[in-house]
Amino acid sequence: MQNIETTVELPAAPSFGARLSGNIKAFLDGDVFYSFKRSPVTIIAFVVTMILFFCAIFAPWVAPYDTYNIAGLNLMDAFRPPAWVAGGDATFLLGTDDQGRDVLSAIIFGLRISLMVGFLGVLIAAVVGTILGLISGYFGGWIDALIMRIADVQLTFPAILIALMIDGIAGAVLGRAAHAESKLAVLVIAIAASLWVNFARTVRGSTLVEKNKEYVQAARVIGIHPILIMYRHVLPNVMGPVLVIATLSLAIAIITEATLSFLGVGVPVTNPSLGTLIRIGNDFLFSGEWWMTIFPGVALVILVLAVNLLGDWLRDALNPKLR
Amino acid sequence: MIDFIAQRMIQAVFVMLVVALISFSLFQFVGDPINNMVGQEATEAQREALREQLGLNDPIPIQFVKWVGNAMQGEFGISYRMGKPVDQLIAERLPATLELVFLSAILALAIGVPMGVYTGLNRYSWLSRVFLTISLIGISLPTFLIGIILILTFGVWLGWLPTFGRGGTVDLGGWQTSFLTLQGWSHIIMPAFTLALFQLTLIMRLVRAEMLEVLRTDYIKFARARGLKQRSINFGHALKNTLVPVITIMGLQIGALLAFSIITETVFQWPGMGLLIIQAIQFVDIPIMSSYLVLVALFFVLINLTVDLLYYAVDPRLRIERPGPAH
Repeated sequence: MQNIETTVELPAAPSFGARLSGNIKAFLDGDVFYSFKRSPVTIIAFVVTMILFFCAIFAPWVAPYDTYNIAGLNLMDAFRPPAWVAGGDATFLLGTDDQGRDVLSAIIFGLRISLMVGFLGVLIAAVVGTILGLISGYFGGWIDALIMRIADVQLTFPAILIALMIDGIAGAVLGRAAHAESKLAVLVIAIAASLWVNFARTVRGSTLVEKNKEYVQAARVIGIHPILIMYRHVLPNVMGPVLVIATLSLAIAIITEATLSFLGVGVPVTNPSLGTLIRIGNDFLFSGEWWMTIFPGVALVILVLAVNLLGDWLRDALNPKLR
Repeated sequence: MIDFIAQRMIQAVFVMLVVALISFSLFQFVGDPINNMVGQEATEAQREALREQLGLNDPIPIQFVKWVGNAMQGEFGISYRMGKPVDQLIAERLPATLELVFLSAILALAIGVPMGVYTGLNRYSWLSRVFLTISLIGISLPTFLIGIILILTFGVWLGWLPTFGRGGTVDLGGWQTSFLTLQGWSHIIMPAFTLALFQLTLIMRLVRAEMLEVLRTDYIKFARARGLKQRSINFGHALKNTLVPVITIMGLQIGALLAFSIITETVFQWPGMGLLIIQAIQFVDIPIMSSYLVLVALFFVLINLTVDLLYYAVDPRLRIERPGPAH
């Protein structure tokens, strides 16, 4: 039965390169790119996000100092204020922390950890949530009722509380030594567990709509396996909302990670994220070393704000009602 | 109506049972509690006697039923770290958190609703744009960072406000309150504002969106045609109709305030429940963790139930669907 489909598609299929350039051209002519061009705020948000991503990915080459190299630290350099403040040193643009680490480099490496945890958390949440949403919407019945009841129950608790509890439970289950080693994995799972519900509910809603359309009915009539229908026909049509939620979830995930790290249950000090840096700096707030807290904080806010703006724009751009 | 309430009740009981099961199972991961309680030289017979006395030899389901029974009477065991009964620890900490949450909710409503009304009525004024920009930044600023910025500004640089603890409290029959002394107020205002800011922006955006929607409706046009005063249209007709979703969201957000109070309390070293649970998680203090889980779940379930019922009571449209005999 599948042969019918492939034989219809095959003669028309151009080479991969031609298809790609065709896709890019279609994208540049499309509504989404048009609304992107028309929104200066979105363009700025996009550029800022890309710069931050670039810094994070190429941190070892972008950062002026390697903050992981303890031998390179000099305690004589500790507590330097930013370069433009009296007593500042031009070689440490944003100052140094209590161990003589360059704050700018620490931020760039911290950005890396924050984004990595955020991305992994959202990725797991999106995959799990989308699969459960598809199953829930497509099959209905008791499995739908079960998944949606779990989602209802979980939605009544804020993400941060769920993540905190999962971290606490992991600490109890694994014991303290093992927990310290698996800290990052636990953090990613905790964030994913607090975010999957949004994906599942949205995908379920879209699936319920798509499932009764004629093309799905037709696919079902010719006997295509339900899993294949979901993957090949329903999934591409629910990807828009998933992309929007993923973007907005990334902002939430980054904030959740930073908050947990700030509370001391997240990323360990040996491998600091932005939240960990803020927590370390917070200890020196009262002695006047404000730069150790404020600059990682500013980096965090810029990142979250840019991602939020992109998410807001994407939601409006992909919403057919607003076109 | 009865169906609806019964369904919600069953769901609430189900949630509580699941949470209780999770909380109870936490205890199964920490090894034999007897080792913590007796000395090295205790004989096997003594251990066995203690085990029998504590009911640890009972089958797990029986232990669970007993544990739920104790929890219902407010007995959650003894903290591993502090050696005090958990219910006593919680009773000491609860007033601090509840006062903080209460003041934050009031602040969020008292500032958020007028801002929302203003931005809804004057869509294109420059002040509305300022409010909306602030709200976007407010949503992107994590709670703990707001607290740090406030501490740095008002505590460290200006030196106007104290930065940690509750300061002077007055004992009202076992309830320590901050609201009766000036010093107490000076301690609570920064944490309360920190906690309120996110909810404030949320309420503002919600009221604005609702106002924009309501102002387009026919009955507002009709009220204008009747020559009613602008003021009475805006507040008597428009605002009144936006309040149903605001009440709902605010009810649900009280739960979120409780959760976020954990962060605020850590930043300001506020001696409430949040600080208790953070320390418990760091030290894997299971009795406190499990009882906090149960207590918070109870709060959330009660709030959700109340909001559902309130919604039903406030919005007549929900009742029309099935006309029954008058109550």
